[in-house]
Amino acid sequence: MNPQAIGAAVAVAAVLATVIGLALGWAAARLVPDADPLVARIDALLPQTQCGQCQFPGCRPYALAIARGEADIDRCPPGGDATARALAALLDRPARPANPAYGVSKLAQVAWIDEERCIGCARCLPACPVDAIVGAARQTHTVIADQCTGCELCLPPCPVDCIELRPAPALLAGRYSMHRAA
Amino acid sequence: MPARPEFPAGLALDAHKQQATGLPIVELAPPAQVVLALDQGSGSTAQPVVAVGARVAIGTLVARAEDATAAAIHAPIAGIVIAIESRAAAAEGGHGVCIVIEGDGTATLDASIRPVPDLGTLDPAELVHRLRDAGIAGLGGAAFPTATKLAAARASGAQLLLLNGAECEPWICCDDLLMRSSAAEVVLGARILQHALGAARCVIAVEDDKPEAIAALRAALDGWDEAALSVAVVPAVYPQGAERQLVTAVTGSEVPSGSLPAQAGVLCQNVATAAAVARWARDGAPTMARIVTVTGSGVARPCNVRALLGTPLAALIDAAGGYQGKPLRLIAGGSMTGRALASDEVGLTKAMNCILVATSEDLGGSRGRREMPCIRCGDCAAVCPAGLLPQMLHRATLADDLQSMRRLGAHDCIDCGLCDYVCPSQIPLASRFRAARQTLRIADESARRANAAKASYERREQRQRAAAAAEQLALDTVRSRAGQDREAAAGRVGGTD
Repeated sequence: MNPQAIGAAVAVAAVLATVIGLALGWAAARLVPDADPLVARIDALLPQTQCGQCQFPGCRPYALAIARGEADIDRCPPGGDATARALAALLDRPARPANPAYGVSKLAQVAWIDEERCIGCARCLPACPVDAIVGAARQTHTVIADQCTGCELCLPPCPVDCIELRPAPALLAGRYSMHRAA
Repeated sequence: MPARPEFPAGLALDAHKQQATGLPIVELAPPAQVVLALDQGSGSTAQPVVAVGARVAIGTLVARAEDATAAAIHAPIAGIVIAIESRAAAAEGGHGVCIVIEGDGTATLDASIRPVPDLGTLDPAELVHRLRDAGIAGLGGAAFPTATKLAAARASGAQLLLLNGAECEPWICCDDLLMRSSAAEVVLGARILQHALGAARCVIAVEDDKPEAIAALRAALDGWDEAALSVAVVPAVYPQGAERQLVTAVTGSEVPSGSLPAQAGVLCQNVATAAAVARWARDGAPTMARIVTVTGSGVARPCNVRALLGTPLAALIDAAGGYQGKPLRLIAGGSMTGRALASDEVGLTKAMNCILVATSEDLGGSRGRREMPCIRCGDCAAVCPAGLLPQMLHRATLADDLQSMRRLGAHDCIDCGLCDYVCPSQIPLASRFRAARQTLRIADESARRANAAKASYERREQRQRAAAAAEQLALDTVRSRAGQDREAAAGRVGGTD
């Protein structure tokens, strides 16, 4: 056999191996599918209030539980019947209303801190699931209304009960659900 | 002359304008009390800068524009602010916060009112700023701040100023009378706006059913360069005066869905707004008055009235001879897009171009007619000037199907009301679409907030995971060190054994 032909074949094989190897390496790093597309799609239908009324510590954990079949689709009070219906449609399950045992649907609301009464204890800060409360120890706290989801989780830790819930800004006020499946 | 481009569809309606065009404009004396709504019609409110009890002169700023969609409000009479409270207003729900000023009968002018000197040499950007301070807003019915529109058009390099004198809606004729009586003011205002915009060309568009106004404008334009400033006569087809439709009629190009005429290179302003700009330039006076058509079969002598802003509508109706017959509805605006008012105690706003005291006949005898199912006749699609399929959009609205509402162009509906007008089943399509647009806005806002909440929740989770990991690491380090110490100690013990 011609040693030159052998050399060429080896060279071609080497180049091919390098190119394919690089392409595969890139694809493995960049073209990974989402961990679980179903969880993301369920999560997208949830109102993201992160209120925990479903007994899970946030919307994504609840989405995960639904995807695993560990929780029913009717546990979200802020989303109400509309969210339960949307989830039923997505998962091809029979539609059902939200279960009132987990809480009732309320008008869209945001937390408001009475700055006269706030003592700056900072206990509400870690309770807020969306970092919507600004403050530091011994400083008056305030709520960033635009970021607040009205989850009420800041109410129990407050030792002086200076937090109250007020109607959400004009556009959203008067609506039961903050979220609609678009 | 090239064939005139036109917008699709539309409808020639009974104009009902001759009732009020026969009489000259009535100049109404200043009322004893004015009620100035903080929302002058643009849907956004100005912030009061006076307190109850404050003394104001004519032209004193009483409410400041906090955002770009509200215009400043100035006191139209001298006197004392007696209340800032919720009153009957032309707002959703029939109430809105108003500043009430009790007049003292004097004509004291605020010190800030001075003619604007060296207007021609004023920097265009500075001119826009001054127009904002003067509270100049679109007097065609939207009351949108002129300065905001000008700034947007300047930013996108608009080269055409289009003055809207089409006035297509039935009953309304205040712009017609204004053009007839004050054509020179309109032209001066056009020149100032053109300077502010830096536009080479200005076209004043008027419908062909207003020959007197066209003649007056042509006379006022005599001697001007036709290429820089001209009158365009457009056919009297409703809704010719809608911004997008007028742009199409005059330039031949359509404003794309989702973009503004300014982005298509055109700034559209009402002729009455131009006249208000001219008055401001001449006297330094902010917008404190407007011409309004008071008409309908429910008033004795329909006419046009020049009245101060905040004048109670009852005074305007008295100026038109008072109520007669059986008025059924009091409407701010024309018969197609007007909104019913709950009371004639409402104060005149910048947006009110017409007060229609309508009887049952004026409204097409619609009283008592029931809505019936859609029969898919397609008449609404044939007249829709925005080129939509109202019957399909209506089905999506009933089904609460947001995706279809978007796809069928709910946002492109201009609320002209023609679909209602032609619908043989008397379906209130336009108001359903208005509700649909609000539903979509709420859905968008909710989605925006939900996305923001999700992002900050994820950031917080990540932070907590990192904190937990760091704690674990510290704990492990301590433990392993303790383990080493124990081993070492054990070794020592073993060594002594």
